[in-house]
Amino acid sequence: MRAPTGSHIAAGEVLLAVENVSLSFGGVHAIRDVSFDIRKGEIRAIIGPNGAGKTSMLNVINGFYTPQAGQITFKGQTRSKMRPFEAARGGIARTFQNVALFRGMTALDNIMAGRTLRMHRGLFWQIFRYGPAMTEEVEHRLRAEEIIDFLHIQHIRKIQVGRLPYGLQKRVELGRALAMEPDLLLLDEPMAGMNLEEKEDMSRFVLDVNQHFGTTIALIEHDMGVVMDLSDRVVVLDYGQKIADGSPDEVKSNKTVIDAYLGVAH
Amino acid sequence: MANDAPAAADTFPKLLIHNASARGARPAIRHKDLGIWQTWTWAQVLDEVRTFAVGLAELGLKRGDKLAIIGANKPRLYWAMCAAQSLGAVPVPLYADSVAEEMAYVLEHAEITIAIAENQEQVDKLLSISDRVPKLGHIVYDEPRGLRDYDSKHLTWIDDVQKTGREKLKASKMLARWEQSVAEGKGADLAIILYTSGTTGRPKGVMLTHDNVLISARNGNLFDNLGEDEEIIAYLPLAWVGDHIFSYAQSYVAGFCVSCPEAGETVVEDRRELGTTYAFAPPRIYENLLTLTMVRMEDAGVVKRKMFHFFIGFARKWGEKILNKDKVPLWARFVYWLGEILVYGPLKNRFGLSRIRVAYTAGEAIGPEIFRFYRALGINLKQLYGQTEAAVYITAQPDGEIYADTVGKPNIDVDVKIAENGEVLFKSPGVFTGYYKDPEKTAETKTPDGWVHTGDAGFFDAKTGHLKIIDRAKDVGKLNDGTLFAPKYLENKLKFYPNIKEAVALGDKRDFVCVMLNIDLVAVGSWAERNNVVYGSYQELAGHPLVYEMLRKHVEEVNRSLVEEGAMAGAQIKRFLILHKELDADDGELTRTLKVRRGFIADRYAPLVIALYDASKEADISTEVTFEDGRKGVISARVKIFDIDTIPLPARKMEKAA
Repeated sequence: MRAPTGSHIAAGEVLLAVENVSLSFGGVHAIRDVSFDIRKGEIRAIIGPNGAGKTSMLNVINGFYTPQAGQITFKGQTRSKMRPFEAARGGIARTFQNVALFRGMTALDNIMAGRTLRMHRGLFWQIFRYGPAMTEEVEHRLRAEEIIDFLHIQHIRKIQVGRLPYGLQKRVELGRALAMEPDLLLLDEPMAGMNLEEKEDMSRFVLDVNQHFGTTIALIEHDMGVVMDLSDRVVVLDYGQKIADGSPDEVKSNKTVIDAYLGVAH
Repeated sequence: MANDAPAAADTFPKLLIHNASARGARPAIRHKDLGIWQTWTWAQVLDEVRTFAVGLAELGLKRGDKLAIIGANKPRLYWAMCAAQSLGAVPVPLYADSVAEEMAYVLEHAEITIAIAENQEQVDKLLSISDRVPKLGHIVYDEPRGLRDYDSKHLTWIDDVQKTGREKLKASKMLARWEQSVAEGKGADLAIILYTSGTTGRPKGVMLTHDNVLISARNGNLFDNLGEDEEIIAYLPLAWVGDHIFSYAQSYVAGFCVSCPEAGETVVEDRRELGTTYAFAPPRIYENLLTLTMVRMEDAGVVKRKMFHFFIGFARKWGEKILNKDKVPLWARFVYWLGEILVYGPLKNRFGLSRIRVAYTAGEAIGPEIFRFYRALGINLKQLYGQTEAAVYITAQPDGEIYADTVGKPNIDVDVKIAENGEVLFKSPGVFTGYYKDPEKTAETKTPDGWVHTGDAGFFDAKTGHLKIIDRAKDVGKLNDGTLFAPKYLENKLKFYPNIKEAVALGDKRDFVCVMLNIDLVAVGSWAERNNVVYGSYQELAGHPLVYEMLRKHVEEVNRSLVEEGAMAGAQIKRFLILHKELDADDGELTRTLKVRRGFIADRYAPLVIALYDASKEADISTEVTFEDGRKGVISARVKIFDIDTIPLPARKMEKAA
């Protein structure tokens, strides 16, 4: 597989910066004045109790929500408003808390769908699968097969996704996101609802993606053991506000974080 | 065509050189990678093995050294065997799913200096025990993924080993030196050490010479007339003698192509694409295929289901007769032909057995019903009886002489005799030279004049002249009233039911027979779904009253068939329970080849065994389990025990027993 494309940012430098972002739905303040950054090549975890605004944060990053205040800088370009497809084109891929695959399509087709943005031949050529379109199709299929091999899902290649168990669906979803060869991969609770073995597998894949392809990853996860093992840096949200930011160890020993998780009388 | 190799080709590397010149352009091995079958010809394999060997020599592998091979069936792991042998080193394949602890023993015992590991998983295991195996100097891996950041001093990628080899071979002397090293090998040299998984105690290293393995393979080819056109798929553990003979030795001798599947889970699909002509599997594989089919058919539409059951019923009646070329009325042939089009053909295609010429089941007794099912479909499934110590072949069923309850006649060049205590003894060119570093055990097993004790009890059937195996000689016991009790015989009968995955029968030196059962999660789970039985875990499903009721019926049926057969009618099952957890090789309850370790289980579940025999209705049990990553946990449960109404024996038999 190719290295992530289109990036002139060196590893360790800021890939994405969130500055003073606030988001509210009517009277509900989902995110209040949050700033943090994601450096290229790291695994960045966003954690927090239920309703802390984690998923909203991801939705802001990939342009699904437009924040009322603040700005986001991605690959050096600052923006306040972006559409999801622009985010995708810009190199941000994501998976969802509730698996959002094309259930009637096979695992392979789902992953191929992730390559759509990288296909250049027009509809006409693709319909006839002729000449350059065929060459391109073969090329994309090779990438898809590499991902299938990478995620060990050869046995379900031609099975409709809707018939697969949950853990495997999650893996296919990760595969589809990887097919984009993203610069930034957003994972929304990749291990939710999994048993211990599936979690271990998934952790291994996340680490491998990060190491093998150098993909920058931002993930939301509830399993603290997983978060502390996987991530390089952790940002903690509570009631829409950032309450801590730092290495797993720092965050673990932070009093505010402990209070937020265990609950104290406000 | 088969076995055209000159007698001088008495080692694997010599055979490889022969194949590369005699059939250099024919396929030797395939591997499905990224969804496409990649093929290497014999000439290419020679090149790969040669560069690999020279590279390994650079790492320090020399004559007499032991090379461990750990992983699934991949071309490069097979090449590693031949590469080591070409240097006069001895390959020692290990079970890829063994935990690090088990590996440490073998690595230490065999004094391994270099290990070939398939991937990161195996490398991690090796590194975790590195302080216990100081002699292990190098790990060579096949799959680089995830291994980039590892300390590379003792870790080399196969590609790099081969690159070094290729560089070295450019100097003309190296090629001659390698050829010289191959020429120095003799048939009597040690070719491989295979560690038996061992139903009891520590694994033993069975030493086999090139002659042992190659002569056995050659005789096996002759027995079934196997030639260079066979297609087989290699998917069984490399450390198992079966795989070593079928996927390696027989291929080298006959020159046929071996295919390595894409992944463990894709074997059935890959087999279907290949259309294998020769197959070999332990009974479990056939059982699983059958269970899966039966489960899926229950989910099929009414018409399909009716059609399936009608034709399968018909095949059970006539199929075997047609396969055995007996006299069959024309109308039955017609209906069978119709069935072939509608059911048998598509089913065989699903199994990947459309082109099958010979299929063997071995390693354990197969349930007669399962055996007949496949034969009824027109698949030439045969039984074979073998051992690691014999380089597989002891007896096999010749075409046209197939019986569900025998294991066949002695193979070519094999002598078999029955000892006074009923134990089967054999003598053959495949007889191992000894257990590695264990002359005591060797002397126990092998008599000075070359007869080997198999440990199995059996007899020659007067009618067919075939050998029949009853059970392990030491497992055959007696109930207190003197009735013969062969646990495996009962267990196999129970395991035919798709709902029962595993059974453990108890009864030796006791008043009556009891069994502990394992449900098959696939079959029972699907049944639960269809019948709206709600369950949250394996444990809950296993303890469900309706599940108990269902299995009770199975046990009753087994009792009925025991009475019908007569000989073992006294050993009817009186009480049974369903275990709360699946028996698992990681917990030591099954061997790595998945045979139940009855004694160990009886100890481990002692409270349950006591309860089975003291008329209690339930019992508490807690057992330690080992997770895949080596961590341990405890599972506790209250297990119910059911009584079975046994069928009273006819008075005549009662008198006999008394």
